[in-house]
Amino acid sequence: METVNLTESQKKSRRGRNIALGAVLLGLVVLFYVITLVKFSGGMAG
Amino acid sequence: MAVIEHHETVPGGGEVYLSEASPRDFFELLKPRVMSLVVFTAFAGLIVAPGEINPLIGAIAILCIAVGAGASGALNMWYDADIDAVMTRTAKRPIPSGRIRPEEALAFGLTLSAFSVAILGLAVNWLSAGLLAFTIFFYAVIYTMWLKRSTPQNIVIGGAAGAFPPMIGWACVTGGVSVESVVLFLITFLWTPAHFWALALFKMRDYDAVGVPMLPNVAGEWTTKVQILVYAVLTAVIAVVPTVLGFASFGYGLFAAALGLGFVWYSVGVLRMPEGDRAMVPAKKLFAFSIVYLFAVFSGLMVDHLVASLGWVL
Repeated sequence: METVNLTESQKKSRRGRNIALGAVLLGLVVLFYVITLVKFSGGMAG
Repeated sequence: MAVIEHHETVPGGGEVYLSEASPRDFFELLKPRVMSLVVFTAFAGLIVAPGEINPLIGAIAILCIAVGAGASGALNMWYDADIDAVMTRTAKRPIPSGRIRPEEALAFGLTLSAFSVAILGLAVNWLSAGLLAFTIFFYAVIYTMWLKRSTPQNIVIGGAAGAFPPMIGWACVTGGVSVESVVLFLITFLWTPAHFWALALFKMRDYDAVGVPMLPNVAGEWTTKVQILVYAVLTAVIAVVPTVLGFASFGYGLFAAALGLGFVWYSVGVLRMPEGDRAMVPAKKLFAFSIVYLFAVFSGLMVDHLVASLGWVL
């Protein structure tokens, strides 16, 4: 099977991008969680 | 060439693109220095606005405005990559240096635009989200694609994009647009020409090389210097208006007036600069002072508001 061999720098930069993307996705989860908490508590207070 | 190095030949003769872009390169697409100004003025709008906002929602609002501003920066870099490659100030940006491909920057900018507007709308209100969407559109389409390469008044009109953030911050709290928020808009809007033309004066040859019609290389140095002074005076006047309208104290008014005098003073220095001066020290000084000026005016407004909310009088 023919494959593409990544150079070390390509592997390193891909790993960096994957970690950053993972952090962004985690951040979005936290963001929506916080928004939900604030909106719900506001609704109950109102 | 870096671009060639990014291409690997696949057995069989085809080519596949393998990116070596790091997260830092993508972060650079967001124009972090411009973003810091946007964050600061949006925060000022949020603080000065009457009413209250949940601190967490306020932080999310600032994050969305910052990301939206960054997204418009990425779209700007995508469209302007051809001229960025020629100018010394911009040649090392991620696209002209070959670290990121234009289509990656376009996708990145569009994705961040959509997410920042949608989250601001869902978390805060849809007026502020609409204003943010309009700001991104204004900067990426009206300024970058249309005005920048067609008129020497490009940054006067395009400056509106950088002036919207305090208005968005205000709208996040109040859910509306008012005379006060328009004044906050006008402070940055009227400040932009003097700030940018000071830079354009000492970077004139760069803009000339790429055919961007900046005022100094279209109308000449003298006209630019006069217009810098006119806009500096207008900025100094509008920065005092919050006191006149009653949403800032007399103390703030004095502070803004003193800063305004400084801004006009440096602009007069530029006016008196000899024609053809290569060092352009007064223009560099004005450019540096203009940044301090804007930060100081918005800081003054915030401090004034916080002091007033504690029941103290300045």
